[in-house]
Amino acid sequence: MNIIKNVYVFYKDGFSKMTVGKTLWLIVAIKLFIMFVLLKTFFFPDYLKTNYSTEEERANHVRQELTK
Amino acid sequence: MELLDVSLVNWSRLQFALTAMYHWIFVPLTLGLGVVQAIMETIYYRTGDEKWKNATKFWMTLFGINFAIGVATGIILEFEFGTNWSNYSWFVGDIFGAPLAIEGILAFFMEATFISIMFFGWNKVGKGFHLTSTWLTILGATISAFWILVANAWMQHPVGMAFNPDTVRNEMVDFWAVISPIAVNKFLHTVWSSWIVGSLFVLGVSAWYLIRKREVDFAKKSIKVAAIFGLAASLLTAFSGDGSAYNVAQKQPMKLAAMEGLYNGQEGTELVAFGILNPEKESYNDSINPYVFKIGIPNLLSFLGYRDMNAFVPGVNDLIKGGFDTENGVALSFYEKQEKGKIARQALADYKTAKNANDEVTANLHKEKIEANFDYFGYSYLDKPEQTIPNVPLTFYSFHLMVMLGMYFIALFGVFTLLSFVKKWKLENINWLLWIALLSIPLGYLASQLGWIVAELGRQPWTIQDLLPVNAAVSSVSSQSVQITFFLFLTLFTALLIAEIRIMFKQIKKGPSLH
Repeated sequence: MNIIKNVYVFYKDGFSKMTVGKTLWLIVAIKLFIMFVLLKTFFFPDYLKTNYSTEEERANHVRQELTK
Repeated sequence: MELLDVSLVNWSRLQFALTAMYHWIFVPLTLGLGVVQAIMETIYYRTGDEKWKNATKFWMTLFGINFAIGVATGIILEFEFGTNWSNYSWFVGDIFGAPLAIEGILAFFMEATFISIMFFGWNKVGKGFHLTSTWLTILGATISAFWILVANAWMQHPVGMAFNPDTVRNEMVDFWAVISPIAVNKFLHTVWSSWIVGSLFVLGVSAWYLIRKREVDFAKKSIKVAAIFGLAASLLTAFSGDGSAYNVAQKQPMKLAAMEGLYNGQEGTELVAFGILNPEKESYNDSINPYVFKIGIPNLLSFLGYRDMNAFVPGVNDLIKGGFDTENGVALSFYEKQEKGKIARQALADYKTAKNANDEVTANLHKEKIEANFDYFGYSYLDKPEQTIPNVPLTFYSFHLMVMLGMYFIALFGVFTLLSFVKKWKLENINWLLWIALLSIPLGYLASQLGWIVAELGRQPWTIQDLLPVNAAVSSVSSQSVQITFFLFLTLFTALLIAEIRIMFKQIKKGPSLH
């Protein structure tokens, strides 16, 4: 339990004493939100997974694409 | 192949280039500055001098800013693989899976674990443990780069795999073959050149303090470390650059021909040290001289490419026409490769038809045809020989400018190393030299980006060398959607870059005294 507590205090202290880090964490959070929530969801669906439900269908599609 | 929307291919390429180049603004500084700060902390650990601790903490703050802004920007490239390059992703999925999984699990978590100790652990963990964490953080970042560069090297030189016509995928059969000498050299060249970027950054920022007559002791200490480390990195980069040129000559001779503007090969080929290409040359087979002006070093290209002063180095025309001797026999012409590629591609279609008809005997015959001709599979998607030629002027000038910058960095770091040791020459009084150091910061980034232009544009039209050209690798999505996301990325990355520069400038203006 002591180890867990020590790790918790270590991180709590670290985060609370950050200066530049607070701005950076904000930027990181906004960036990750834009990338993973907005861009990935609305603009970057996995083409094969979205359009084909099985591995065989995906393979057949790529085969068609490559042999047409 | 049915002609794909050219604008889709071009927009997809442009978007990938944009995201890769922006991503590569952040990565080399992380790799380079990370080592510089670790060296400074090592000196602090050994001497106990608080000034080194202060210097370490200052550069660590700038490292943290760059790391935070740049982290995960590379993941966007993976988004693009799945959306815009689905044929390619499927075709190579199994090969990329292993290196990228190792990168994600081992390197990223190693980096993520130790970076918190590096930033939060001052005065909370022992000096030795903190120093170890600092080194392990940068080691994690470097290992991360290793696996990504292994994946990239495989595209330049696909080995260690077998094509499975049932799944239409390349499947890894020899993990260790994938970590080829080409991959190792690419990793070393990339990491060592990134050390130059980090060293130039430290040198330039420190020079700025000396120009402003601020933080003189800190700046001179930092310059000493950056100059020595930068000089070592520059020499190592030149050494690994020689390895890169050798690998390109062996495995991607068309890229080498473009790098040198070499159209007609010969024995004992010179290396063009400086040259201006003739803009009037429009076709590989016209009779126009490719150069307006050039200064060449006799026989050096033959030596660099083949370790033989009199070796034959094929030019663009030779590679298209074939017929010259190679290690593996007589080189095939474009049309012979195209024919083999078409046989493999037709066999892939016929294999499936035979499988559907439960005709295993015929299916096996087609499988054998695929295996026999698979090395040239990608040529079946090309209609004309000129499609195998990358953009020669862009490749040529990028390569030569990169090499010139590399030479300049050796001289710059050499001068600063010398000045750091000779006490009677007061570095803080040589303002013009300090300005040169400051203005050299962007040159490191430029050289690094030029290297990638040579590596990636120089291997066009291939996404995977000889196996899959860009026009066969893209997804059937609308080019408008790619255009929209291109501008979204442009906006996002530009905002991140502006944020990075502003926060960095603010911290640099504050200086190390406040850390």
